Amino acid sequence: MSNELEAISDPGLPAHVHRKADHDPIAEKKAERQVAILFLLSAAGTILFIYSYIWISQDLFIYLPVLGTTNAKQLFLGVGLAASLFFIGAGAIHWAKTLMPDEEVIAMRHEMRSDDADRAALVKSAKEGAAAAGLGRRSLIKRTMGLSLGLIGLSPLLLLRDLGPLPAKQLDVTSWDKGTRLVTDPGNRPIKPSDLEVGAVAQVLPQLRAGEERTLNNIGKDAVLLIRLRPEEFQLTPEKLAMTHEGIIAFSKICSHMGCAIALYEQQTKHLLCPCHQSTFDVPRGAKVIFGPAARPLPQLGISVDSEGYLVAQNPFSEPVGPSFWERNTK
Amino acid sequence: MSARERVVGTVAGYVDDRTGAAKWMKKNLNKVFPDHWSFLLGEIALYSFIILLLSGTFLTFWFVPSQHEVIYNGSYQPLSGLSMSEAYQSTLHISFDVRGGLLMRQIHHWAALLFMVAIVVHLLRVYFTGAFRKPREFNWIIGVGLLTLGIVEGFLGYSLPDDLLSGTGIRIAEAIIQALPVVGSYISYFAFGGAFPGDAFIPRIYTVHVLLLPGIFLALITVHLMLVWYQKHTQYPGPGRTEKNVVGYPLLPVYMAKAGGFFFIVFGVIAFLSAVASINPIWLYGPYTPGQISAGSQPDWYMGWLDGLVRMSPPLETHAFGHTISWNILIPGLIVPGIMFTGLALYPFIESWISGDKREHHILDRPRNVPNRTALGAMALTFTIVGLLNGGNDIISTTFHLTINQMMWFSRIGILVLPPIAFVITKRLCLSLQRADRDLVLHGRETGTLVRMPSGEFVEVHEPISPEKAWVLTQHEQPKPLELSDTDARGVKRPGAIKNKLRNRMSRANAVAVPKVSAQDLKEIEHH
Repeated sequence: MSNELEAISDPGLPAHVHRKADHDPIAEKKAERQVAILFLLSAAGTILFIYSYIWISQDLFIYLPVLGTTNAKQLFLGVGLAASLFFIGAGAIHWAKTLMPDEEVIAMRHEMRSDDADRAALVKSAKEGAAAAGLGRRSLIKRTMGLSLGLIGLSPLLLLRDLGPLPAKQLDVTSWDKGTRLVTDPGNRPIKPSDLEVGAVAQVLPQLRAGEERTLNNIGKDAVLLIRLRPEEFQLTPEKLAMTHEGIIAFSKICSHMGCAIALYEQQTKHLLCPCHQSTFDVPRGAKVIFGPAARPLPQLGISVDSEGYLVAQNPFSEPVGPSFWERNTK
Repeated sequence: MSARERVVGTVAGYVDDRTGAAKWMKKNLNKVFPDHWSFLLGEIALYSFIILLLSGTFLTFWFVPSQHEVIYNGSYQPLSGLSMSEAYQSTLHISFDVRGGLLMRQIHHWAALLFMVAIVVHLLRVYFTGAFRKPREFNWIIGVGLLTLGIVEGFLGYSLPDDLLSGTGIRIAEAIIQALPVVGSYISYFAFGGAFPGDAFIPRIYTVHVLLLPGIFLALITVHLMLVWYQKHTQYPGPGRTEKNVVGYPLLPVYMAKAGGFFFIVFGVIAFLSAVASINPIWLYGPYTPGQISAGSQPDWYMGWLDGLVRMSPPLETHAFGHTISWNILIPGLIVPGIMFTGLALYPFIESWISGDKREHHILDRPRNVPNRTALGAMALTFTIVGLLNGGNDIISTTFHLTINQMMWFSRIGILVLPPIAFVITKRLCLSLQRADRDLVLHGRETGTLVRMPSGEFVEVHEPISPEKAWVLTQHEQPKPLELSDTDARGVKRPGAIKNKLRNRMSRANAVAVPKVSAQDLKEIEHH
């Protein structure tokens, strides 16, 4: 691996070539002026920035080619700031390149390692220090110290316990219950089957009981999609078919993969598509996964109508909605 | 001595009397830095970080890190009367009512994107030129740490405004946490202070985003730069450059003027981008609610490859003994990235183990001269790019009129097939380039001048290349394969026989090269 057979030898650092400004006073003056102009451009940028900040109205929109209609204040503030910064940099670099010495210099490197004597001395003093403390002899101290240091990490870990409650069974349940009315989102109006045409899709939430307030936590579990097909289009088991009502089928809108809202319904193919990771669910077959990373169909909510003809839930969801978790116990 | 020189002398004397800094300063003001455009990449990352600190501090003066629900009645009419979090409301306030607020938000976001671009390209430069070799392994590991933290910090940052897009990103992060076996739902409930989305998460990640992680960044960046300073910068091979010296410009004044000036250039370019190119227009997305989503949801680019891996994952879940394990989340979201980042961090040690090379290196490699490393890098890059492409599969499909299924199947197959192909092609390319170098040294440069010989034959005139160029093309060493025996002196099998066999094999693959020009070759060519 050595260089003894090297065919071509290092010719060494090439001779330095001087720049025009190094020996020509006219070129030197010119470079100086160029640097000064760059610095002046920066000053002009700052003035533009100040002008835009104080005098351009927040509501002024102007049309520019390429950019289109754009807010003048935002644009000129930005352009002013950009110019004030950029030209300082350009000036400094132009100065360095044309007027500062450009002769490359050589510095020597030294190997990182300390010399052997220093290394030996370090080992020696470390050993001496350890011996003076009696680390080798006092095994009782060593062990108890190990124990205390090992345990001390538990305190900060335990302190994090109150960050939140235990999940208990909360991930398994939603606000849907037997007989809960379906209400529109937004609007909170109860709906009748006749409100949905065949092919229509609607987002619903459970009706609030008196005094209840809807939080985002609720929506994150309760959001449901209603889709109306012709009853003969379903290819469902009798139990699942019994959960539909006059061709209306209800699924959890929270993706069974990672919990995104499933908002894309393709009327032609009757597919639901999650815009996050493109899991595709086939509605007539009970939201069976036909493509993408989701491993489970969307949970189906059984629906029927109450005495006043409004859509209600037959029962709570029979399985947890949303993404999987360790304690989840249904397929 | 002029009055000004006297003042400088007095100040310097005052400081030195109290710190003894003169000795150190004297040595270091003339510190030599080699010049090359690729050495600016790390600088861009550093400057972007400073810009992030400045613009981020500005944003904290108005941003309210709270998920408390309020009704909006600010100056942006389309969202008037909507229920939203204070975080989102204050971000709207910064964008529409604070003069220069939108500019600063866009500067912060563009600087974050550039920060990550600069880190990744800097990493590629360091990797492909072998700058991570001894003695710079620690700095490589710090760099990998900064890359990882940068991804986390960026994600937390764009999650803060609590708009519909970023809330969806948090939802996905929550699903990844929840997928952890045994502890997932507990950690999720602790992190979110209860059920998703709750009202604790944004205040919490705010502290992490503006205090904890920037503090760690500052510490790591300081050590990173101190090591560069102390170990002296690497340099590209060239005439007069050796393992024992460093050739370049002194810190004062040239390097300082160039580096300082470059900070302003980077800042200026980011400010210009932020003036003309809208980024993350959160007012168009609306406030977050878990029941809604916008089509074409995309993370920032440095998360894209991870999202792409999640998207292409097959639908695998295990249901057994009353428990669920989501392989479709764990493999692409945690296991594969975990393996990739660990491999990245350990690479310098793996390479030196294979080559048996324990010496210091300060002269950079030309990537072609280390075909295996270059090919491995191309392979990893291909893997990541396929992931990134699939992360944008919905956008690509609509732009190029493909179906999402075609894109997904391309990625699912491509992620397995394309990286090995990239390896083979890159290795072949490197060897071809080595051959071209060899030809150039032996036969010179093609001049394009054709000469007709008396015999009627046409030949092209070749011109010898300069000694400087010839040196660059031949200065590298070509490693020999290790020959570790698997038996000891008495012919008994060693305990590490299999390990030695593996090392021998890998180092043999490493040593494949087109022999560079030797003295013998030159002698032979003279006889022609």
